[in-house]
Amino acid sequence: MAYKIKSAECTVCGACEAECPNIAISLKKGTYVIDPAKCTECKGHFDSPQCAAVCPADCCVPA
Amino acid sequence: MMGNVVSLDSIFGLGELAPPAVMPAAPEAASGCSSSSCGSSDGPADMDPAVWEKVKNHPCYSEEAHHYFARMHVAVAPACNIQCNYCNRKYDCSNESRPGVVSEKLTPDQALKKILAVAQEIPQLSVIGIAGPGDSLAAAGKNTFATFEMLQKKAPDLKLCLSTNGLALPDHVDTIAQYNIDHVTITINMVDPEVGARIYPWIFYKHKRWTGLDAAKILHEQQMLGLEMLTSRGILVKVNSVMIPGVNDEHLLEVNKAVKSCGAFLHNIMPLISDPAHGTYFGLNGQRGPTAQELKLVQDACEGGAKLMRHCRQCRADAVGLLGEDRGEEFTADKIEAMGFVEYDDEARRSYRDHVEAERAGRHASKAAAQADVRDSVGAGVDPILIAVATKGGERINEHFGHAKEFQIYEVGPDGAKFVGHRRVDQYCEGGSGDIDTLDGVLAAINDCTAVFVAKIGGCPSKSLADAGIEPVDRFAFDYIEESALAYFKDYAERLGQGVVQSRAGQDAVIRTGALTARRA
Ligand code: SF4
Ligand code: SF4
Ligand code: SF4
Repeated sequence: MAYKIKSAECTVCGACEAECPNIAISLKKGTYVIDPAKCTECKGHFDSPQCAAVCPADCCVPA
Repeated sequence: MMGNVVSLDSIFGLGELAPPAVMPAAPEAASGCSSSSCGSSDGPADMDPAVWEKVKNHPCYSEEAHHYFARMHVAVAPACNIQCNYCNRKYDCSNESRPGVVSEKLTPDQALKKILAVAQEIPQLSVIGIAGPGDSLAAAGKNTFATFEMLQKKAPDLKLCLSTNGLALPDHVDTIAQYNIDHVTITINMVDPEVGARIYPWIFYKHKRWTGLDAAKILHEQQMLGLEMLTSRGILVKVNSVMIPGVNDEHLLEVNKAVKSCGAFLHNIMPLISDPAHGTYFGLNGQRGPTAQELKLVQDACEGGAKLMRHCRQCRADAVGLLGEDRGEEFTADKIEAMGFVEYDDEARRSYRDHVEAERAGRHASKAAAQADVRDSVGAGVDPILIAVATKGGERINEHFGHAKEFQIYEVGPDGAKFVGHRRVDQYCEGGSGDIDTLDGVLAAINDCTAVFVAKIGGCPSKSLADAGIEPVDRFAFDYIEESALAYFKDYAERLGQGVVQSRAGQDAVIRTGALTARRA
């Protein structure tokens, strides 16, 4: 299971990138994307997906 | 040898500092009789010399310095860790001037190059700040500190300063001290979580999103802890508060007391910027900003607490130049990129600072004389009046009415003249012909003023001002603002006594928080 970023709503602030424990989030061609192969929904690290918790635009959602 | 530096076109003339009408009492910790309290011309009479040394060239920390020195914000910190109801970072517009708005985000390397390029162009540059567009300490403050680390090596004469919401502050105080950042601004809008819950929908803290009272309580505790940690290390802290009518307006008195007791040096109460077009929660829900008089009332009520800052321009997070002007568009990433290697040389900045220093020393006497004259000749029974001034810096009346993008407001009375704020306006004369609609806007913005001081004014606007009861005054063109204001007040008091003029007490004015991106005329 993985999360994804709704790119139309993303403000490209980068807050999510800094919080991801798996370095699954990166900037690709001007928008942030989540690598589904790396995303664990933060299981084993935190109680809740960090990208969704910090995103001011609420655009990190289950894929 | 100094000629070049001084004839900068953004500053027509230079002058000494405003007397400290709203200066704080020296901090309690100040030791006995400092040289300044004995009337030395080294600094304002009632400021700790150590503090004065830190703030005298900082346009935001010293009202006086804002006439002479420029700051630059670099937008290297886009991430944020809280949500405020007055902020919407989705929205960006190049015609907007308000915190959180930027046109382009920079990497630390791009920021460094831009700073060095600007420092070559603008010798008045004295302060580099990082103010977002998110929070400078979110995402572990990585970009912020990377930028400061490089800057400290390349241009050690530039002062470093950062703005934060305070949530992550306690974790970073040591790093802040390590990079010689001796000015920090914390935005503190409440000391009561009940009030805070109406301003902050959520925060991100310790890997969790917190909401409601819990969020506000954590934020409050972190802010006060961070504030204390900074001040106990001798780092100067300015507190910004956004005044939100009906939410925290009355509460700000308490905030003022609390931050003062924790050592904040300056308190900056700013009006809420609330336009539905910005898409903020407050904007969309009809929360209005304060009027000029409401803002001034709260600021006045806080006098005697932490010293108030009244010259804040609520700048964009990528603003460049003197406060009140924005030259950001001259230094876009493309233009900086095209510059190639940027030389670093602080010669022009040093000469400029020396010159300002000399001017400051020279002007104490003339100002004191003008004050004494008014005190002796005008009775205490005459109410103070407000005067709007068209100026482009240097503490002089040196702007054409039609070119003014803002008016600086001075309150002058038997006790002296002091700066109390500024009002943005649309330029009346865009390319020569005045426009009646913008003139109405100007009138609304300075409606509480008795006179408007200008270097020059056309016949038409002059008549409209007079009809509205505001006297246009160009006889002090290019003179110093405060001495002129005092001379005018003396004359006004006489005319008031003879019944020739009437008091304008009780008028209110509109605060315009809109665009201030027009380049220098
Ligand atoms: S859910 Fe967690 S692991 Fe997945 S992208 Fe978001 S922060 Fe990274
Ligand atoms: S936190 Fe949200 S808005 Fe910011 S970059 Fe990540 S997905 Fe985009
Ligand atoms: S926002 Fe206020 S404090 Fe910050 S640079 Fe502008 S004037 Fe100074």
